[in-house]
Amino acid sequence: MTQPSTVNDESVTYGLRVNGREHGVQAGWLGESLLYVLRERLGLPGAKNACEQGECGSCSVLLDDVLVCACCVLGADAVGSDIRTVEGIGQPDSLTDVQCAFLAEGAVQCGFCTPGLIVAVHDLLDRSPDADELAVREAISGNLCRCTGYGRIFAAVAAVQRERADA
Amino acid sequence: MPDGSATDTATASAAHASATRTATRSPVRGGVGSDADRPDGIPKVQGRFGFSSDAFAEGMLWGRTLRSPHPAARIRSIDTSAAEQMDGVAVVITAADVPGRATFGLDHPDQPVFAADVVRYQGEPVAAIAAVHPEVALRASSAVEVDYEELDPLVDAEAAIDAAPIHPDGNVVRHIEIVHGSPDDASGEVVVDGVYEVGMQDQAFMGPESGLAIPDGDGGVDLYVSTQWLHVDRDQVAACLGLPPEDVRVTLSGVGGAFGAREDVSLQVHLCLLALRTGRPVKMVYSREESFFGHVHRHPAHMRYRHHADRDGTLTKVEARVVLDGGAYASSSTAVISNACSFAAGPYRVPHAHVEGWAVRTNNPPCGAMRGFGSVQVCVAYEAQMDKLAAALGMDPVELRLRNALETGDRMITGQRITGVAPVRECIQAAVDLPLPDDLGGPLEFPGGTGRTADRQHVRRGVGIAVGYKNLMYSEGFDDFSTASVRLELAGDGRPAATVHSAAAEVGQGFVTLAQQIVRSELGVERVQLRAADTAISSAGSTSASRQTWMSGGAVQGACAALRTHLLERVAGQRGIDLAGARRQVLLLRDGEIHHVDEGWSVPLADALVAGPVEETYEYHHAVTEPLDERGQGDAHVSFVFAAHRAVVDVDVDLGLVRVRQITTGQDVGNALNPRQVIGQIEGGIAQGVGLAVMEEILLSQGRIRNPSFTDYLIPTALDMPQVEATLIEQPEPGAPFGAKGVGEPPTISSTPAVVAAIRAATGLDLRRVPVRPDDIALAPSDS
Amino acid sequence: MSVARPTTVADAIDALSAAPDADLLAGGTDFMVEVNFGHRRPRRIVALRRVDELRGWRRVDGVYDLGALVTYRQIEDELADELPAFAAAARTVGSPQIRNAGTIGGNIGTASPAGDALPLLAALDAQVVCDGVDGRRTMPLREFIVGPKQIERRDGELIARVRFDRCRGPQHFLKVGQRNAMAISLVSLALVADIDARRVRVGIGSAAPRPVRPAEAEAFASAAIDWTTGDIAPDDVAAFADMVAAATSPITDHRGTAEYRVHAVAVLARRALQRAVRDLADGPDIADGPEMRRQR
Repeated sequence: MTQPSTVNDESVTYGLRVNGREHGVQAGWLGESLLYVLRERLGLPGAKNACEQGECGSCSVLLDDVLVCACCVLGADAVGSDIRTVEGIGQPDSLTDVQCAFLAEGAVQCGFCTPGLIVAVHDLLDRSPDADELAVREAISGNLCRCTGYGRIFAAVAAVQRERADA
Repeated sequence: MPDGSATDTATASAAHASATRTATRSPVRGGVGSDADRPDGIPKVQGRFGFSSDAFAEGMLWGRTLRSPHPAARIRSIDTSAAEQMDGVAVVITAADVPGRATFGLDHPDQPVFAADVVRYQGEPVAAIAAVHPEVALRASSAVEVDYEELDPLVDAEAAIDAAPIHPDGNVVRHIEIVHGSPDDASGEVVVDGVYEVGMQDQAFMGPESGLAIPDGDGGVDLYVSTQWLHVDRDQVAACLGLPPEDVRVTLSGVGGAFGAREDVSLQVHLCLLALRTGRPVKMVYSREESFFGHVHRHPAHMRYRHHADRDGTLTKVEARVVLDGGAYASSSTAVISNACSFAAGPYRVPHAHVEGWAVRTNNPPCGAMRGFGSVQVCVAYEAQMDKLAAALGMDPVELRLRNALETGDRMITGQRITGVAPVRECIQAAVDLPLPDDLGGPLEFPGGTGRTADRQHVRRGVGIAVGYKNLMYSEGFDDFSTASVRLELAGDGRPAATVHSAAAEVGQGFVTLAQQIVRSELGVERVQLRAADTAISSAGSTSASRQTWMSGGAVQGACAALRTHLLERVAGQRGIDLAGARRQVLLLRDGEIHHVDEGWSVPLADALVAGPVEETYEYHHAVTEPLDERGQGDAHVSFVFAAHRAVVDVDVDLGLVRVRQITTGQDVGNALNPRQVIGQIEGGIAQGVGLAVMEEILLSQGRIRNPSFTDYLIPTALDMPQVEATLIEQPEPGAPFGAKGVGEPPTISSTPAVVAAIRAATGLDLRRVPVRPDDIALAPSDS
Repeated sequence: MSVARPTTVADAIDALSAAPDADLLAGGTDFMVEVNFGHRRPRRIVALRRVDELRGWRRVDGVYDLGALVTYRQIEDELADELPAFAAAARTVGSPQIRNAGTIGGNIGTASPAGDALPLLAALDAQVVCDGVDGRRTMPLREFIVGPKQIERRDGELIARVRFDRCRGPQHFLKVGQRNAMAISLVSLALVADIDARRVRVGIGSAAPRPVRPAEAEAFASAAIDWTTGDIAPDDVAAFADMVAAATSPITDHRGTAEYRVHAVAVLARRALQRAVRDLADGPDIADGPEMRRQR
């Protein structure tokens, strides 16, 4: 896709490594967040913009394996980091266990919070596979969902935990 | 778009089979009653689902709205020249650039596309900009010079009734008086009074308003947008652009939640104007802050109640006065106040009632549709009254409600007899029968959560119950019909595949799943695709009023029935069978085959489709209703839905902090067409009800919003959400397609008053306002 | 237009000397919000997150020394046993995502009255270390933060470290928010019972333009406690709470009223002191009551 125009004399050019692939950012505005760069310059709209102040988790991505809000990362400061977005989780024709569980348990409604939650839940279960329900609730307390009331999301996380324990 | 990939998990249960289901009972997977998968689920978990904010077009510009910082002002002048001359700015438009009707509005067009001479609320659009980059558009918006003469805002809804009009249409948008029975003569042995308030709630959907408009080069425009009702958007946009409706084509783009906030036009007209003026695609995405200014909210309410009952607990009369603050423009206020008045006495037998309601204009933010739609506010009041009455009578609150519960055949206070199922008692019983949580849990589960403010001895538990009801579909004579077409043809592999076309807006609720389930059950075809929802087909009505399952479900079912008839006629013609004279059905579509009942032969569906595709369109209308008359009486509503909630809360009284621990509910669902989705609606609706009870409010100061952000407008997090246990009360609704009732709204109606009742039980306080804030508990006078 | 991405403090200072008015960027959780909202338009940025010297923490000779880039997450995870109140405070900051990115240097640099790490740092008499073109300066936090979002950082300087003495004894942090997670504090309070100095130290957040130390209340409680048994008269606890509240000067805003804040500060003070003396009664080295231990 063609990268959109920028703000006249305040542009920067840099490269980012997203989902293992190198991308160039040509003449981006200095103030652009990583979220904007992913969505509007690199054609990776999986991370969502819902608050632009780190209060909702819809733009959750992994920056060097650390879960962060892409809206709170300066695009030009993500240079040299490994960035993983929801597009880098699973394959187009094969879903991860977390993605499958979200579908099977009914954790998806409008789906706007879903990409951020998929990233956050993978991160949680990688770090704390045995998290109890309270720990799960705390771990995803930064991912707001307005449709589900979280109940089916808790169920999905528990289902993955059961499945992984049995594996 | 969704690709109809639902293939597994269907665990169809005979228990969910509907009394009214017709014709086919196929073994096909993923039919009605099963937990079929969402067709849009896979792209959603992969981040590939296209939301309106993800839209992109080569060479597109970014739009931005300039909004008034003042709630009330006269505009002396607007100078756009400096902004227009900035590098990268394509155009700046104002009211002078609106070629068609200058105003829009759901109910009637009273709201300017851009304020021209008067500003009536903070955030009212004044100009719009298209520029090459959102930052350029932001800077250009600061460069537009608007000279305002600030006015004193009218912000008190009670005062607005008699105040000087802030709009040419006057301040009273609608006044309703319900006189039921003989309220002047009736009385009761026990009387309780109360005054209640509900604050302004925001729908706070996750995906802010956004869209993309592309000029067609021929004077028309294609709009990709998240909305609840494509056709009213199209009609309003076309009128404001001065174009015939067919020159404005609206396609639903992925919707990040709605809850009523997308029923009114927000950026639709601005986007299309910018695209037509620049000749380029224009994208607009509201920030969260702008979203708070860009859509209507739930009406704040002031309510005064008096309940009368006999000593045995039989309700004799309800008097109520309800004032809803509609903010600056009408939106759907006329219908919201109608609902608030219709349901003002709750789901109880009330022989005499006098209810007076107003929806008024003020210089506060405009209010309109939100999940529950007028029923939510009055439920807070009448359920508090029921508890007060129970206390005055020395009666168990559950017993009082059971004693007065509406049932089929009873009349509500609008005089309408309830002919459908009304399992109020069953809902209450189910909610109270579910087990209570036993212990307080650990410190992280105490009120205050991660702030760790409470120790065990500071926590007091309370339990409360509430019951609510509302209408399904639009009321008072409105024909909110729905259209659907279904096409059946052979796919590339020679197997039958169906395609559904409907303009019903999928906003997350799962109608797309139901549409597939209905086709599977009705036609016995597993593969069902969905075409994008757009204005190429006639209206499906709004995704609101819990109506799409019934209305668009009915339209899909009707289209399937017509298609089945068409197909059977084709086979009959091919076989030389005369169906016209037959006194009973000799051909049936069953299990993917067409059977001859008497002769025993069958033709596979695929064979019947060799001659070509079959397509039918059906327009579904609900039963005719009538407007409320001058005494507020009339058969205004189609059908009703009920629910009861029991809340368990833990309260830190010293700090006024509340932790909602558990909500149990019994909900009247008719038949559950997809039980997993029903549970999702119940849990999600309860979350919004809990939010209104303890944290959610748009705070206003002289008409200005003080908390337009997710930092300060708080919605429940995963740590705030109580455990939810639900019992579905399945009694098929006569006349409803598949016997199913809409399920989205009841969870938000009585969950709020249940929580407040539980807080009252824990604290002994007479809480009269929601949301309940820490001050209300911690600083309450000790003798109250 | 430039973004400098130094990897050493020396390089960072070089970048700052070339552009003394450059914006400093660490975790980004405050900075980017201002940029996203159009309230800050950066032209030159010195991005610090690659400076390894500013990461990590150590305890040497009874002094904690934290690099400015230590995140809330690190405080929550790595300091839970040694500094439980600090970990408890970190755990209340924003969301897990914010705690993964936000830094202690940023919390001090932003100097919000609601900064969750600040009450404990104030109670511990923390020192802020700045490195800059003109060398290193060390000053007390209470002098470094001069008002709401106002600090004594000079052009060409960066916050490098924060230091405070180890303090043996119970410590607690309590924060009132309107939600059970991800809430900005209405008021917060950190209390440390220094068993060696036999001194109670208190820091209060969101109750004044900058963190408050209620000196009179501290002195009163220090004297009122029987440090051997942990006994204190109930009336003295109440008097202490009133004195703590009297030391505050909160405002009324959209998050809460001044009246509520004063009230809540007194409640927090009472409860914090009760927890601390209960810990003392349980044993001299118990820093945190068993019920208040982190749940994971």
